[in-house]
Amino acid sequence: METVLLFRFEIISAVLILALITASLFKLDRNVKSFISAMNIILFITFLTGLIPMTEGDYFSGFFSTDRLVVLEKNILNLGVLLISLASYKWIAKSAERIEFYILMLSSVLGVYLMLSAGNILMLYLGMEMSSLPIAAMANLNLNDRRSSEAGTKFILSLAFSSGVMLFGISLLYGAVGDLSFQNLMENLYPDPLTIFSFVLILSGFVFKMSAVPFHLWTADVYEGSPVPVTSFLSVISKGSVVFVLMTVLYTVFGKLQTEWLYSITILSVLSMTVGNLFALRQKNAKRFFAFSSIAQVGFVLVGITGASAVSVSTIVYFILIYLLSNIMAFGVIGAIEDKIGSESLEKYKGLYKSNPLLALMMAIALFSLAGVPPLAGFFGKLFLLAAGFKSGIYILLSFAAANLVLSLYNYLRIVKFMFIDETDAPVEKISPGTSLKIVLYVCLAGLIVLSFSGPFFSFIHSLSL
Amino acid sequence: MNVLYILLIIPILSLLGVLVAKKDRAIKILSLAGSILQLLAATGITVYYVCLRGDVGSSASMLFESSFDWFAPLNIAFSIGVDGISLIMILLTALVVIAGILVSWKIEKQTKEFFFLIILLSLSAYGFFISTNLFVLFFFLELAVVPKYLLIGIWGSGKKEYSAMKLALMLMFGSALVFLGISGLYYMAGEYGGHATWNIQELAKISLPVHVQEILYVILFTGFGVFTAMFPFHTWAPDGHSSAPTAASMFLAGISMKLGGYGILRVATYLLPAGAQNLSWIFIILASVAIMYGAFATLMQKDLKYMNAYSSVSHCGFIILGVAMLTKAAFTGAVMQMVSHGVMTALFFASIGMIYDRTHTREVDKLGGILKQTPFIGTAFIIAGLCSLGLPGFSGFVSEMTIFVGSWERTGLFYRIATILATASIVVTAVYILRAIGFAIWGSIKNKEYLLLKDATWSERGAAILLIAAIIIIGVAPFLVTILIDADTSNIYRQFLLNNI
Repeated sequence: METVLLFRFEIISAVLILALITASLFKLDRNVKSFISAMNIILFITFLTGLIPMTEGDYFSGFFSTDRLVVLEKNILNLGVLLISLASYKWIAKSAERIEFYILMLSSVLGVYLMLSAGNILMLYLGMEMSSLPIAAMANLNLNDRRSSEAGTKFILSLAFSSGVMLFGISLLYGAVGDLSFQNLMENLYPDPLTIFSFVLILSGFVFKMSAVPFHLWTADVYEGSPVPVTSFLSVISKGSVVFVLMTVLYTVFGKLQTEWLYSITILSVLSMTVGNLFALRQKNAKRFFAFSSIAQVGFVLVGITGASAVSVSTIVYFILIYLLSNIMAFGVIGAIEDKIGSESLEKYKGLYKSNPLLALMMAIALFSLAGVPPLAGFFGKLFLLAAGFKSGIYILLSFAAANLVLSLYNYLRIVKFMFIDETDAPVEKISPGTSLKIVLYVCLAGLIVLSFSGPFFSFIHSLSL
Repeated sequence: MNVLYILLIIPILSLLGVLVAKKDRAIKILSLAGSILQLLAATGITVYYVCLRGDVGSSASMLFESSFDWFAPLNIAFSIGVDGISLIMILLTALVVIAGILVSWKIEKQTKEFFFLIILLSLSAYGFFISTNLFVLFFFLELAVVPKYLLIGIWGSGKKEYSAMKLALMLMFGSALVFLGISGLYYMAGEYGGHATWNIQELAKISLPVHVQEILYVILFTGFGVFTAMFPFHTWAPDGHSSAPTAASMFLAGISMKLGGYGILRVATYLLPAGAQNLSWIFIILASVAIMYGAFATLMQKDLKYMNAYSSVSHCGFIILGVAMLTKAAFTGAVMQMVSHGVMTALFFASIGMIYDRTHTREVDKLGGILKQTPFIGTAFIIAGLCSLGLPGFSGFVSEMTIFVGSWERTGLFYRIATILATASIVVTAVYILRAIGFAIWGSIKNKEYLLLKDATWSERGAAILLIAAIIIIGVAPFLVTILIDADTSNIYRQFLLNNI
């Protein structure tokens, strides 16, 4: 029984994938409404099972290991998947490839689970591949849209390249140490040139997947071309999971190389924040804007990673949860507007508050949370990252982070200005968001407000990460 | 329960009420009732405080303290407490908010959002003044930035989008510096004082190495200085004030700029005495420049709101000068100047707003004869002007006088020159104030349409009378303020004696 509990997420998603494949044979998704509702209910149950408390465990000679922090991380991502599925109700209902969407998304999520529970670099690599490959197919799900195919192709080509680089790094690491389990690497790694070289290659693989500068070039195009649900999946689940893994890998496996990785992370962080925010300045497309905004947000997460303490870990988990809620909220609104007018141009958001007060308010709240404006949770997330980063004592990094707080505020306020201040003759017509999208928006809103007053929850994460 | 929670609960309840209310009139009445209740509560707490001080003596530096954990792993606690300085600022806020709501009585565009944001702004100010934990203080400081942007952007006039964005970004820059400064304090307290803390009282007991204090002092003083429109970070103030709707200008100049003043006194100077001792000369220079530059820049303005905005830069220079002079009398003067300038500038903006609502112009050249047609508004403007130029009997005189006396106590050629420069600026102030009054308020009516102007409505009268009363009370009986803040400025000054400076 305990084994089942340890593998609960993996088992649920594997069974679900098989069931969906069978279902697709019999075209069981003919009744769209009940199919999507059933999926949402199952995803909700998965999320609920994540709340069952449980112990830690190692399986398959350390290949699979899990503890309460990992379960919490997985469950945060579960919540994200559930919210994305709810928010994309209209898109899924319209799409002919409903079942495929869920199969691909769940495969990717299964990969994420395996990656988060990895106790061995090989397992980590496999999980990462498994989580990324389906996304290439998902990006291509708007089958009649050329931009969508372009996005899929771009993603898979860059993915292949970065995986190759990472795999090369892993082979060098194996050459240096002779073993790939986290436990042995932790004890036997020393900062000699070969290890450092292999570390750089492995790090670049991670950095590519979480799209930090200078490995970000695929991001904007893929975000723009993919359907909105896929974009939000990429920006939230894919990115969040890689951040979680990177954090564990840096703190455990490469713990002895801290002086080395500290500087690489600092440079990556400064570049990501600055380039992300500067490029976001002139974006005219909402999805491209959020691509660069997410690059800048990753830069902030890296500031927190430099702290290398229990506070850093808890702050990053807390921040990713907040980032997930804010981004899903924003993409929910973008999706609703795109569904209505078929465009993601930011110009069309002018005067949105007059015609669609609810959507405009929700979008504004998501943007404020991303910008770090109190009393929304984003404020605490962002500042805790900075405070955690203070511990490393790299003051240049902190000055850049502070300057980027100002820059990012400009970016987000620009959209707020479009929605609330600018006036136009032809605003977007009145949109009636579906019930499920409304649920998502209100859940995210509640989350963003509750999380800022939830000291006990933060302490709970902290107790897990000690 | 701590009585100070009342100061947070009333605005929060009014916020919820405004959200739920359907009719515009209900929203306005609700906001007004909430703000009046808040003023009563603040007065009650002040009286209670004075009684307690009388009984207990002035052993504790803060009263009504309470604290509960918020984010325990980072030692962030929601701790609150007040001393005389915070109380006088809370009273000021309550006064200006009532006046602001009364002046906005006729607003029709998106009433609900407008009053929601105004009350949110007031909430941020109350929270800021009662918090004794630096993180909470910062939380409330930041809370006010975006509402200001929206107020100017949506209800403003002129080049409002530009001004709103400029204001938001510059204030964000200030708060980013403040955050760097306070988290620096937090970690340095852990390194040199044994335990990392955000609590102001505990930080005051820890003495950090001089070089750390110097760096943090400059960062914190500059960060809060941006909020006080310290030269050269003052450029948001003229644009922001002049584009904002009347109530927002009153709030911006009357209260927001005081958040910075309170911060430089309570955080930068009080917690980092050695840094202040060594480096306050930087800010004395900047303050002197601001005082002179602000005064001369006002001379060049033709728009009444720009005039008052630049003169605010000059007057807030006095606050910075008083804090940077590091004598007890100068601290007292700085606090009094904060209160006095807050009330005076609110009255100024209120009367300018009333004039603009009627004549649709703020140009000094186009106005004239306001006093003949609308005697009440004209009188209010003149009183604000006379207070601004420091006429005895009004609050401006006592506060500026105290600052000059305090800064004269600092011996040394450098301090003397700064004091003399600051004093000399009063002459310039007299020139621009009297000129504005002469051309715009007195004189003959230039525009025939002005013959149809109606004098102030009941709500405008209420706002102006409230503010004028405060100006005269402080001017005639300044001891009311000094009694309240005396122990606390001594307390701040004692930091310098304790550190053998």
